[in-house]
Amino acid sequence: MKNVTKDSFQADVLNSDKPVLVDFWAEWCGPCRMVGPILEQIDGETDKIEIVKVNVDENPELAQQFQITSIPNMKVFKGGEVVKDIIGAKPKAALEADLADFL
Amino acid sequence: MHDVIIIGSGPAGYTAAIYAARANLSPVLFASSVESGGDLMTTTDVENYPGFPTGIQGPELMFNMQQQAERFGTEVRLEDVTSLELDGDVKKVWVGEELFETKTLIFATGSAYRKLGVEGEERLSGRGISWCATCDGFFFKGKNLVVVGGGDSAMEEAMFLTTFADKVTIVHRSETFRASPVMLDRARANEKIEFITNSAVSRVIGEEAVTSLELTDTVTGATSEIEIDGLFIAIGSDPRTHLIHDKLTLNDDGTIVVDGRSSKTNIEGVFAAGDVVDGTYRQAVTAAASGMVAALDAQHHLEDHA
Repeated sequence: MKNVTKDSFQADVLNSDKPVLVDFWAEWCGPCRMVGPILEQIDGETDKIEIVKVNVDENPELAQQFQITSIPNMKVFKGGEVVKDIIGAKPKAALEADLADFL
Repeated sequence: MHDVIIIGSGPAGYTAAIYAARANLSPVLFASSVESGGDLMTTTDVENYPGFPTGIQGPELMFNMQQQAERFGTEVRLEDVTSLELDGDVKKVWVGEELFETKTLIFATGSAYRKLGVEGEERLSGRGISWCATCDGFFFKGKNLVVVGGGDSAMEEAMFLTTFADKVTIVHRSETFRASPVMLDRARANEKIEFITNSAVSRVIGEEAVTSLELTDTVTGATSEIEIDGLFIAIGSDPRTHLIHDKLTLNDDGTIVVDGRSSKTNIEGVFAAGDVVDGTYRQAVTAAASGMVAALDAQHHLEDHA
């Protein structure tokens, strides 16, 4: 999964042709470390959606811009807009159900 | 056919796995996909688990336990059990479409955070409401927060949050606290922490994010409102029994009934350990001990039915 930063966010996420799921996460967040591998798996199984991650420690500007107060927070961007907002770690099946429109 | 399947990956599950693995029972442990490691994964300093004189971080303690269980041959699976069939000598464990069969089952699923059950809570979860200070405290630098609860975890959350927030108010429905004196004294000595007692949160207010709380005085019934930026809920937890609540006998407090000091449930070959059987102590060390009991009970059951 690609690491997106504040400098690459415009190109990698907002200007993307495909829908992009952005996983806002941090090292110190236990649940983030659980959901990371699940997103890796989903990423390996589909081409319909890009899955990338933003480290909120390294990119506090992005966390603030998207008003993140709880992680993991997974936002799906389509055409530069947030079209889906998932908060909290979930099992794979539940995440896939949430993302059904994009898979 | 497996000898032992363990569901749960807190101190009870991993200790059961260590004992069962060392007895050459090759246990399979379902750790869950997102809650693997249990409650200690969202705890910072663990200072009361023996053997760590300077304390240990919760996640590190759990990774250690996992490694110790794996070292003796436990298979740890980061999957969620979806249903169980416990009738008969062969217990069936379903993970989606996949079936695992076992002679004994150790149920160590711990507990789940309790919710306030008030208006606004569901809608604003993750939008200023959190159950995990170590996960979300970072986002509240310089903010004004409330922690609800009166136990050790509420004190710990409040103290942790003062490293980020300007002010943390502990709201508690009574005047007396379940928190241990040492934790309560530490919280009281912290100049960023204030207390509001005899008050319950009756409503969480905010459009896009939490902006204020409605409090109800538990003595007079009067309501008031306070402005806040974030709410952390630490009002305890309930046993996580959704997989077995219609199969195993439960106590009034929701914990699983076990026979005396053993881990035997009302179904032969099914054992329960940790917070899911303990409505009283609920410590890492009691859970670990309870996991050991379950492993030995399962081992004896296998010997008796060999």
